[in-house]
Amino acid sequence: MMAHTMKVRLTNPLKDLELPGPTRVHQLLQKLNLIPEAYLVIRGDELVTEDEVLQDTDSVEIRAVISGGGV
Amino acid sequence: MRCKKCPHKAVINLPRHHIAFCQSCFTEFVHTQVARGIKSQRMFAPQDRILVAVSGGKDSLALWNILLKLGYHADALYIDLGIGDYSAQSRQKVETFADKAREAYGANLHIHTVDPDEGAGIRELANVLHRPTCSTCGTVKRYQFNRVAVEQNYDVMATGHNLDDEAARLLGNVLRWQTEYLDKQAPTLPASFEGFAKKVKPLYRLTEREMAAYAVINRIDYIVEECPMAKGAKMLVYKEVLNRLEAESPGTKQAFYWGFLEKQASNKQTTETMATHDRAVLHPCLTCGQPTSGEICSYCKMMARAKTPA
Repeated sequence: MMAHTMKVRLTNPLKDLELPGPTRVHQLLQKLNLIPEAYLVIRGDELVTEDEVLQDTDSVEIRAVISGGGV
Repeated sequence: MRCKKCPHKAVINLPRHHIAFCQSCFTEFVHTQVARGIKSQRMFAPQDRILVAVSGGKDSLALWNILLKLGYHADALYIDLGIGDYSAQSRQKVETFADKAREAYGANLHIHTVDPDEGAGIRELANVLHRPTCSTCGTVKRYQFNRVAVEQNYDVMATGHNLDDEAARLLGNVLRWQTEYLDKQAPTLPASFEGFAKKVKPLYRLTEREMAAYAVINRIDYIVEECPMAKGAKMLVYKEVLNRLEAESPGTKQAFYWGFLEKQASNKQTTETMATHDRAVLHPCLTCGQPTSGEICSYCKMMARAKTPA
């Protein structure tokens, strides 16, 4: 049987990772040492909360929300 | 996790409010927060013409979207800074959004391009002036937004500054005790002098994460990449520090900035003091006529230096 891994894309800077699932969103952020307040986790095109379980067949984007300036 | 207002599944949890929302209840929450800010800070009236400063980022496009959905007459101004692919992409995002806004609400987009007007892109301009790019950019944006708002007779100019922006700026000012800048941190800055547009920040009650979530939920296509010129900016450090505090103690950013506003409001003289001070020190720039404390405004000085052969 072929083993699956969860596909994770981080933005700013762009980085693609493959990680084992299942895991909860807050555990994933903790593992990557990311502050939850500075990121959104998007599965497909839907936002997910920190208690959501991500499966090893999922593709997720961890999107940085902080920007430096503003007009 | 379930939405606290309806039976649907939650898509965002807001620890600072002890609440979680589904997509539609979150959108309603954001609209309510903006409407509350507009009313409590006396930003503008239903009949006013608003000019929104848009960059192609989440905050400014979301702000334009929210104001239109709330029924306001809101047009936008985009400044093309000539930063290679970044500017090309952000302009394309703004123009795509503006096409939809024009069709649905009859809203207009104004565009000012730095290239032909100032002789070069913002990066080249900063190099010529030996000034940091972000500071050069700030001077150009402030000047051009004010100019267009005044020349096109808008009642007020709105920017997409959110709670994180304001809390980070406040932290920076307090760390260095730059108290002279604190008066300018209110969400509503009156047109204190002839030639100055009234300026408002309707997103001051919402965090950067909430605004990004609003953009994702409402399918607002914004430029996710950070401006290449912002790398290493102090604001990013202040924001990270505040977010670490927020993680430990939800509500810290709100308590810091809103607490400052409450203290400022209890000192009722602030707005009056600012207007009196501005009237005492400002007069029209000899070159362009916009208000300045010197003979020539900082924008005209900057442009004159840029055009002087080395």
